[in-house]
Amino acid sequence: MSPTPSKKSADAAAAAATQARSSATGLGGGGGGAGMRLIVPLQGVVQGRGGLVLGTLIPCALFYFLQLYLRRNRSPPPTSPQPPAANGPDLPGIVRSSSRNFLSARGSSGHAAVSSRAASIARSGDSPYFVGTKKCSEDPYHPVDNPDGVIQLGLAENRLSLDLIGDWFARNVKDALLDEREGGLSISGLTTYQPFDGLVELKMAVAEFMGQVMQGSVSFDPSQIIMTSGATPALEILSFCLADAGNAFLVPSPYYPGYDRNIRWRAGIELIPVPCRGTDNFDLSIPALERAYNQAKMRGVKVRAVLFSNPSNPVGNLLHRETLRDILDFVTEKGIHVIVDEVFAGSIHGTEDFVSMAEVVNTDEFDRSRVHVVYGLSKDLSIPGFRIGLIYSFNEHVIAAASKLARFSSVSVPTQQLLISMLTDTKFITQYIKTNRERLRVMYALLVNGLKQLGVESVKSSGGFYCWMDMSKFMKSYSEKGELELWKEMLSVAKIHLTPGTACHCIEPGWFRLCFTTLTEKDVPVVLERIKRVVDNH
Amino acid sequence: MRIYGGEHPNQQILSRIATNDGHGENSSYFDGWKAYENDPFHLTGNPKGVIQMGLAENQLSLDLIQDWLKKNPQASICTGEGVSEFEAIANFQDYHGLPAFRKAIAQFMEKVRGGRARFDPDRIVMSGGATGAQETIAFCLADPGEAFLIPTPYYPGFDRDFRWRTGVQLLPIHCHSSNKFKITQAALETAYRKARNSHVRVKGILVTNPSNPLGTTMDRETLRTLVSFVNEKRMHLVCDEIFSGTVFDKPRYVSVSEVIEDDPYCDRDLIHIAYSLSKDLGVPGFRVGVIYSYNDAVVSCARKMSSFGLVSTQTQHLLASMLGDEEFTTSFLATSRTRLCRRRRVFTEGLKRVGIHCLDGNAGLFCWMDLRPLLKEATVEAELRLWRVIINDVKLNISPGSSFHCSEPGWFRVCFANMDDTAMQIALSRIKKFVYRENDAAVQAKNKRRWDDALRLSLPRRFEDPTIMTPHLMSPHSPLVQAAT
Repeated sequence: MSPTPSKKSADAAAAAATQARSSATGLGGGGGGAGMRLIVPLQGVVQGRGGLVLGTLIPCALFYFLQLYLRRNRSPPPTSPQPPAANGPDLPGIVRSSSRNFLSARGSSGHAAVSSRAASIARSGDSPYFVGTKKCSEDPYHPVDNPDGVIQLGLAENRLSLDLIGDWFARNVKDALLDEREGGLSISGLTTYQPFDGLVELKMAVAEFMGQVMQGSVSFDPSQIIMTSGATPALEILSFCLADAGNAFLVPSPYYPGYDRNIRWRAGIELIPVPCRGTDNFDLSIPALERAYNQAKMRGVKVRAVLFSNPSNPVGNLLHRETLRDILDFVTEKGIHVIVDEVFAGSIHGTEDFVSMAEVVNTDEFDRSRVHVVYGLSKDLSIPGFRIGLIYSFNEHVIAAASKLARFSSVSVPTQQLLISMLTDTKFITQYIKTNRERLRVMYALLVNGLKQLGVESVKSSGGFYCWMDMSKFMKSYSEKGELELWKEMLSVAKIHLTPGTACHCIEPGWFRLCFTTLTEKDVPVVLERIKRVVDNH
Repeated sequence: MRIYGGEHPNQQILSRIATNDGHGENSSYFDGWKAYENDPFHLTGNPKGVIQMGLAENQLSLDLIQDWLKKNPQASICTGEGVSEFEAIANFQDYHGLPAFRKAIAQFMEKVRGGRARFDPDRIVMSGGATGAQETIAFCLADPGEAFLIPTPYYPGFDRDFRWRTGVQLLPIHCHSSNKFKITQAALETAYRKARNSHVRVKGILVTNPSNPLGTTMDRETLRTLVSFVNEKRMHLVCDEIFSGTVFDKPRYVSVSEVIEDDPYCDRDLIHIAYSLSKDLGVPGFRVGVIYSYNDAVVSCARKMSSFGLVSTQTQHLLASMLGDEEFTTSFLATSRTRLCRRRRVFTEGLKRVGIHCLDGNAGLFCWMDLRPLLKEATVEAELRLWRVIINDVKLNISPGSSFHCSEPGWFRVCFANMDDTAMQIALSRIKKFVYRENDAAVQAKNKRRWDDALRLSLPRRFEDPTIMTPHLMSPHSPLVQAAT
């Protein structure tokens, strides 16, 4: 039976309601007078003189109007993208939004909203990665035409061995697309629908190539390959296969900034960083994995896989065989998957041997169905424009699902034919891999020695395109803010674009990633001199 | 190295998307494909095999493409003439795409529309084929659980491309043969109301113009109705114009881009076009999909998502050259349209001679064939029974209307542009044989029944076209006709 309020309590409630309403309409004034009229009945309630009804009615009414006020004054998120900054480098915060944090995309009334995903992408603005790249394209360095321009050292491109590939095509010109001789390719072989997960001939050629890249330590089965238009969609497709939206992957940090896009955006999978430390040389520790897993479990988040790159991006270290085995033990025990991104496997320049996960799993003690490798030709063959990547999985259900998903990201058929032609020239490929590694080694050594002379230390890297430099002593404050300020200084004073460690989710501030494969030997002193400008300031 | 997956219950440690039927390949409609794959027709190697008439591929003008490639070797960067540009092309990975490529695509789209609409190259966004374009648009415009309205019959691939990974629903706007399957205001309102009553949020409408499977173009009035509807209800309009270059007959093609140029009140942020070169140029292997949106936020988002389906720069370079060759594109479009027109005429007239009627069409690579007279009863089951007979006995892989969500059983989509003239004639002769066989059976069955029975064998009373009635009831089977097949 609901209590009927007495007239006195109704008046008091109405008074309280009026006060709440006036504050809900955003009028901030009249605080004193309005406050008194609120306090008096409240005082009564608190002192027990208001009665049961007042004691419940007023607080409930106040609570209700408080909620109304808050709801009305929460500003709707904008749906249009933020314009880029006109002058100087823009430093918005790093995007660390959880994938489950899809805010309402309702814009102002009368505007048909886009999806939450589109709205959150538009709202996130641009990370330093994109901002810096933009500056480079506006004022690009050229040794002759623009010696004072911005040098792009944040984008992974290998120009060191591109000429070898170009030469091969020049030498092997035989109208590869339209060979009308017997057994040659007809036009319909190029233009018609082919299997979305790649031509069988390409899979065979790529399997052979991967075997060569791994120095013959393991052979790859073409039937386990799904070709995709780049490693980016390969990783996304794998994510869609292994986890549902809201699940998570554990990723040792620092990690490649692109994972945030490939895995969180559309698949909606959270990335939980597992921090690695400079003192450990950024090696992955299993106890850290264990801790991260348990913390996720306590939060109620289901971890479905461990994802890591080997050779590592950005650090450049190689994982030891024992670590790989430990990781396999870990994922088997937890009943989850492991994804290994081996896109830099053919770009080893150090003396250590690279061990592929495919090799480690090649014994009977592990449940192979948990193991998936992502690979591609963009890094090792210097042809990122051609969009050739792949998933290599030991799980037949993943292969079946991924082959159907490959339809959204299929490799262009003429490009496939081109690559079949090149990859089957195994003699050239062997020579290319060897020469590429040598050129990487030379450039890396040149740069690292120069940096050392400037007092800049970097982690010993054995593979990949990067120098992972410690510039913490040049920061004004040992913090994320200090790092971003230093990054800004590098871009405006030294005019070089590096990738800051925070973009890679590094837990220790002050680390910077430098890509050395876009440089020629003549460029190295220029880069060192630029870095010196900033070093000398501190 | 063996693949594993069977020992442990790994099925459950995969995602829902990997294990559900969103890919659509478990549907019985794939039986036609399987029949074709097991027994594919080949003129000399397997003349009794199944002829593929279920794949909308344009192979009639590939010779023109081949000629152009031979005359322009520098466009293929792996030839001697093109190698100097090779390094820049191979290393280019900007998701904006080569400027020359975007410009060429915009130019081509304008040409296809007879210059009646302008396209801004900066709004051209790449995707992994039309499949990727549809999926990306869905990701950009709707959240899981939200819906788009779509007129029936529609391309079954949308169920997969628009819905599988996105979680977006497709709700039908029912269209009927009584008005040639045109979309009416009433049908739009009904579909919208139904969605609202089920508490489903409708984010937009998805249409294909020219239509797949109908093979017709939308008239200006219908487009205006759609544009007004979406403006009034504040929702998006996505037009898949993938067959816009295959319009070979009157009425002339009207694209949504043309309609909004005449309409100052239309909110352009609601209009999006999906395109591809797979049908118009006949190059599905190139995997070129295009998203053209008038909404800046969608362009920005779709562009970032294009990282998952960029077009190979080698292909971009080739097409920039080919589509930038105005002389070539003009003559290609004209020739392709002529050939499609001729092929369709041969096919539909061949069908007419045996009393089979197709919906009047002026575009596309297929006919919407009316086999309702051959159905024992107007049900989906009867349609599927007929379909299995056509696959297994007549040996033609055609697509049943129910796979296109058509509300009337008995319609079939038949593709005619993926074969040569001989195969076409063989297909026609098989159809003729089949129709006469069915007529024989119908006549014999009829003679056993009472005369005043409501005969619903292969001849529903509502059907009044005399060309259909004639072979069934009146003329005997002339031996001459038999010999001709």
